[in-house]
Amino acid sequence: MRTDLSKARLLFWTFFKIGAFTFGGGYAMIPLIQREVAERRRWLKDGDILDIVAIAESTPGPIAINSATFVGYQVCGTFGAFCATLGVVLPSFLVIYVISFVLRQFSQLLVVQYAFNGIRAGVLALLLKALLSMYRQSPKGAVAYAIMAGAFVLTAFCGVDAVLVILASAAIGLAASHMAKRRAAE
Amino acid sequence: MICLELFVTFFKIGLFTIGGGYAMLPLIQADVQAHGWMTAEELVNFIAVSESTPGPFAVNVSTYVGAELAGLPGALCATLGVVLPSFLIILLVARFYAAFRASAAVSGAMSGLRPAVIGMIGAAAVSVGQTVFAPDGVQALAGYPLACSLAIFVLMAFLTHRKLHPIAIILLSALLGIAAGCLRPM
Repeated sequence: MRTDLSKARLLFWTFFKIGAFTFGGGYAMIPLIQREVAERRRWLKDGDILDIVAIAESTPGPIAINSATFVGYQVCGTFGAFCATLGVVLPSFLVIYVISFVLRQFSQLLVVQYAFNGIRAGVLALLLKALLSMYRQSPKGAVAYAIMAGAFVLTAFCGVDAVLVILASAAIGLAASHMAKRRAAE
Repeated sequence: MICLELFVTFFKIGLFTIGGGYAMLPLIQADVQAHGWMTAEELVNFIAVSESTPGPFAVNVSTYVGAELAGLPGALCATLGVVLPSFLIILLVARFYAAFRASAAVSGAMSGLRPAVIGMIGAAAVSVGQTVFAPDGVQALAGYPLACSLAIFVLMAFLTHRKLHPIAIILLSALLGIAAGCLRPM
């Protein structure tokens, strides 16, 4: 029990550090997790990191939370998962909570509005870049392109609920891969 | 009451976001804007804030929206809401780790989800583009030259492509935005 507690405390601080030093979240966090959790603490093997990324990507929710919960659970069960997740969330929570007081007041200033006007153009560039690299890694083929186009048009121009699009595309993916497997079996 | 609404809304956002980073954007745009909690411009501005502060976008945006609407309790409810689905699902998955990885259903559903997320982020990019090139409700910026936004966007797209760090992109576009605002013809 004693060792569990000290492990849990170590998990909390390790993920607190990871949460505090990753900007932009998500994938930026993976190399840090690798260094802290696999190389420094030896809680996991190097190859496990790939599994964590795969699982974090294929379950709902942000990658940072998913990885923290997963590593925490592997190291010391549900309590470990709780400590790691709390650790990874806390830095952003505190920083943003403090910023929320400042942001509202500053956002009225003309110079800040000018700055944000430029920033929005920069954010658009960042977003398109992220989109491009996701596109490069995504499955190719007629079904994938059709889903991509369908999801784009339905969300952008038809105002269809994003949740519906998610559920429908999961169902289509399931059906398509099932059919492909049946065809391969024949 | 507002706390419960925050919790439920962000729980849904956490539950239906697949993949990291900007995958959450379409859902946040739909829900947060529909509730009138943030305007399109404010949301894009906040993407920049989130890129320049530690932690995942999901936690940052939920903390911010919660704090703006209902102070500390609001921030706690919204953040708990966005984290909880990941936490619970990963606890479940970690227990049946091997089966989950080998599951044909999971990989089938993912083959539909990944392209859908790309299409949906594309739709999010369209609405971010609107805030850059066709902003509304920003009286103070009347006369802000559209060509400046376009020039900043093109330059940033080039610099992003050359792998300039996101925070550098945001700082630089803020400076250019201020310069463009101050130099604009009165």
